[in-house]
Amino acid sequence: MLRENINDLSKYVEPDRVRREVYTDAQIFDLEMQRIHEKVWIYCGHETQVPKAGDYYTLQIGRQPMIMVRGANGKVNVLYNRCPHRGNMLCGDRKGNTGDFFRCSYHAWTFHHDGKLKTIPMKEAYAGTRYGKDNPDCSIKKAARVQNYRGFIFASLASDGPTLKEFLGKAIVAFDDMCDRAPRGEVEVVPNCFRVIQHSNWKLFLENQLDALHPSVVHQSTGRAAHEVEKILAKKAKSGAAPLSYHMLSAFATVTIDKWDNFQTINYPYGHSVLTGYMGLRPQDPDTLAYDKIMIKAYGKKRFEEIIGVNIHHVLVYPGLSVQSPLQQLRAVRPLGVDRTLTEIWHFRLKGAPEPIYRRSLAYYNLVNSPATLINADDLENFWKCHQGLASDGGDWVSLARHYGRDVEQDGAVSSGPNMGTSEAPMRGQMKAWAEYMK
Amino acid sequence: MNEQHAVEQFLYQQSELLDNKKWQDWIDLFTPDGIYWMPPDRSYKTWDGQPAIFAEDKNLMEVRMRRVLHPDAWSQRPLWETNHVVSNVVITKNSPKGNLVVKSRFHMMELRRDDVRHFAGSYEHHLKKVSSGYKIKLQRVDMANAQAAYDYVLQVWV
Repeated sequence: MLRENINDLSKYVEPDRVRREVYTDAQIFDLEMQRIHEKVWIYCGHETQVPKAGDYYTLQIGRQPMIMVRGANGKVNVLYNRCPHRGNMLCGDRKGNTGDFFRCSYHAWTFHHDGKLKTIPMKEAYAGTRYGKDNPDCSIKKAARVQNYRGFIFASLASDGPTLKEFLGKAIVAFDDMCDRAPRGEVEVVPNCFRVIQHSNWKLFLENQLDALHPSVVHQSTGRAAHEVEKILAKKAKSGAAPLSYHMLSAFATVTIDKWDNFQTINYPYGHSVLTGYMGLRPQDPDTLAYDKIMIKAYGKKRFEEIIGVNIHHVLVYPGLSVQSPLQQLRAVRPLGVDRTLTEIWHFRLKGAPEPIYRRSLAYYNLVNSPATLINADDLENFWKCHQGLASDGGDWVSLARHYGRDVEQDGAVSSGPNMGTSEAPMRGQMKAWAEYMK
Repeated sequence: MNEQHAVEQFLYQQSELLDNKKWQDWIDLFTPDGIYWMPPDRSYKTWDGQPAIFAEDKNLMEVRMRRVLHPDAWSQRPLWETNHVVSNVVITKNSPKGNLVVKSRFHMMELRRDDVRHFAGSYEHHLKKVSSGYKIKLQRVDMANAQAAYDYVLQVWV
């Protein structure tokens, strides 16, 4: 019945529940790519991924293959990966350096880094035709809008809509928190991207990011295992403490299911949300104290306290970015199809911070976010199971009703109620934004 | 020639332990400070302080083993098997003190539910001769697929 009414997608989302087709229907997937991903601001990459002129990375925005390239003037451009002549893809590699210009591998048209046509071989052949340097259709099409916020490059394929800052709203804290924690106020990407494919709809990944009920259920096995070894190591260690990396893993078990209610989610317009509370809090080991000293020197005591006091576990920028700013981790979500999703996983160095602080971020990156992850393996298993279940006729609705009716709304932000950190408010916020986009 | 044979037998034994899920016996093949390392690509020169798919000492190996054996390791529920073939074994260094470097090639087929995946690449074993045979000081695993997107993830050592 509903399939015939695909143009009226408002029927698919209710405040506390969502139709299963939203996750499994290929036609709806195409519409969401068109109405959401190919319209809103999507994270392309960090400017330090392309330090030199001609450096490029390819990426997918919705269904569109794009190139992020550094121009000779230092500006980062985002272009469609398509030759305007006969449509050939221009960059076949995932990353590289294109030299002084792009040269199509099919008929050797060349283009500047900003996409403008440079040369056409034996161009006299176009005399008297509509094609030539003056015709913009002979240049590579650019993303309608590109913005750089503190080194993080975003593109929107629609020429109208909110500015990047309006779009991010308070979720901009993801990038501020990450950069501010650097004594030099900037971060630098570590040039390795872990890429993992999950067999499920992209929204299942996003919904899981701020789902505070799941960690102690899904990650119990690793949490317990790490806690057992952590205890053995602590006993042997002179300092009486195991390395912090064990705590990152053991917290999944030692923070018991009821304690996750102490966290809070704050949900913003456009589907973004923040999970407050951070596992590590303020360790007082010598490495942290040395870092604190450098930070105080850079920022002064007052500003330092403000920066370090930012209480964030996770920021979700809908519809495709998950940032753990205190650990400098970033995951970009690229939908490949209705039931296939790629995550591109990066981490960053805080410029000016001592090496041991980087090592923390690295430990998290390797243990939690690598393709041999001790954590995400069980998430991915659940995503697959979830998608399988939703594809069945065993039920029509997905419930998002946990603590429904107890959200607290203030200044356009919706918070989970007090001691209701496991509220499904973030998923409700995401689906509300989704329904708005899909109108 | 005897050394060559002994080293080959050691590598076969190691992959046999993996394929039979004898995790503790597999961990016991490493020296107390032994490291299992899978770099994100071939250009990496050291496991320390850089991104790594695996960079595990024996403590982290133990975390991984205990996790896999935990009854609530959900991803371990479906049927899963691996099958390793190790070949092209070459001893590239053999010091009088009993330190060896051995290069080899592997191919691993993995079955998970009904899905088959293939991983292949090279091993570099830094071995120490001991009375019982050899112990691994460092095992470097360079996957041909290291930079390709992972369709699902890796759960145990390759």
